[in-house]
Amino acid sequence: MTPPLTQADIDREIAELHRRAPAGGDRQAAQALRDFAPYRSSVLRHPKQPLVAIKDPEAGELTGPVFGVTDVAPFDSDLTRQHLGEPLGERITVQGRVLDRDGRPVRGQLVEIWQANASGRYLHQRDDHPAPLDPNFSGVGRCLTDDEGGYKFTTIKPGAYPWRNHVNAWRPAHIHFSVFGTAFTQRLVTQMYFPNDPLFPYDPVLNSVTDERARQRLICAYDHDLSVPEWTLGYRWDIVLDGPAATWMEEGR
Amino acid sequence: MNPTPSQTVGPFYGYALPIPRGGDLADGGITVHGYVYDGAGDRVPDALLEFWQADPSGSLKGAPGTLRRDQVSGELLGRHGVDFTGFGRVSTDADGHWTLRTLVPGTGYISVCVFARGLLHHLYTRIYLGRDAFLDSLPPERARTLVPVEEREGVHRFDIHLQGENETVFIDFG
Ligand SMILES: [Fe+2]
Repeated sequence: MTPPLTQADIDREIAELHRRAPAGGDRQAAQALRDFAPYRSSVLRHPKQPLVAIKDPEAGELTGPVFGVTDVAPFDSDLTRQHLGEPLGERITVQGRVLDRDGRPVRGQLVEIWQANASGRYLHQRDDHPAPLDPNFSGVGRCLTDDEGGYKFTTIKPGAYPWRNHVNAWRPAHIHFSVFGTAFTQRLVTQMYFPNDPLFPYDPVLNSVTDERARQRLICAYDHDLSVPEWTLGYRWDIVLDGPAATWMEEGR
Repeated sequence: MNPTPSQTVGPFYGYALPIPRGGDLADGGITVHGYVYDGAGDRVPDALLEFWQADPSGSLKGAPGTLRRDQVSGELLGRHGVDFTGFGRVSTDADGHWTLRTLVPGTGYISVCVFARGLLHHLYTRIYLGRDAFLDSLPPERARTLVPVEEREGVHRFDIHLQGENETVFIDFG
């Protein structure tokens, strides 16, 4: 029988893969590697054939789904007000803008979030972490971006949680984000982390992004101006969508 | 500007992203269904598929309302069934299976975006019900992975292989 994987094994693998990774300016280094063995579940779930390029200005993927006022409800963006009582934990504001690669705001598009509660537990039957559920917290939010591409959520700071990637594996605290652009090619699902988390170097998911500066783009910043007096601590996180936007062809560049 | 990197959808999106009847875009059209497989040939029970497509006339305008909400309870109602939203979202079931009920797109293909636990960056592919220059440019054994098999009239089988011998063609839009 092979001995169980330890954090030291994972640390060694991460260091080796970071050493071998392309330099910072490379487009691939700015993204998560699909083939990143320290995250064990990735081993059988990434293609081995190269992706095939499409550079067709008529491609259907340069357009994308449309969302509107019918698709969000009033309490969707305040995760602390979805139940009769108040959730436990540190109340926070998470706010930022969604931009395309040219820095233009992505307007009227859907941002969805989901997260563990303050104890690090998800409201999911397959989460068997023995931390308490909070009857006043579901951990699901949605909003549409405004004319400046802005989004804003009020929520609870999620807890770190253990998982079974290796012995004593812990995920740093994070909020899952799903974001739509104007084009289906800009689709993004990612995770936002909190500043100065001591778990960063140990986490194979975060470290699947091999470039340090790119990893920094997944970490929000404390922003005192976003803190609401007597109410929340404020964090700012701007999101830049990869992939060509629909306007790419409209502007004929 | 430098893009925000992707991260896996993880195992716990289940109470956040799925939509009631998320794969039922329209009645009276076609059914496309299949399984998602990993590199060992095992079915993937925690994949999330998104579909985006033109309507039968070829229009890619879509319509809002895929996540239509009840104004009293805030509950997800889903599409009202009059407009064609062009967008679908389905999580695979415990057996790795998914189903889409939709109309034949005027452009000849349905765009698919694949998310899964274990997949650190989503993948794009296409379900071809017609053909175009891209499909024709692929070697036949690769093109085959983008064309569903008609099992009976109106029912098309399309399996997605993330890895392995029958690995699906995945697309890079740059
Ligand atoms: Fe998570």
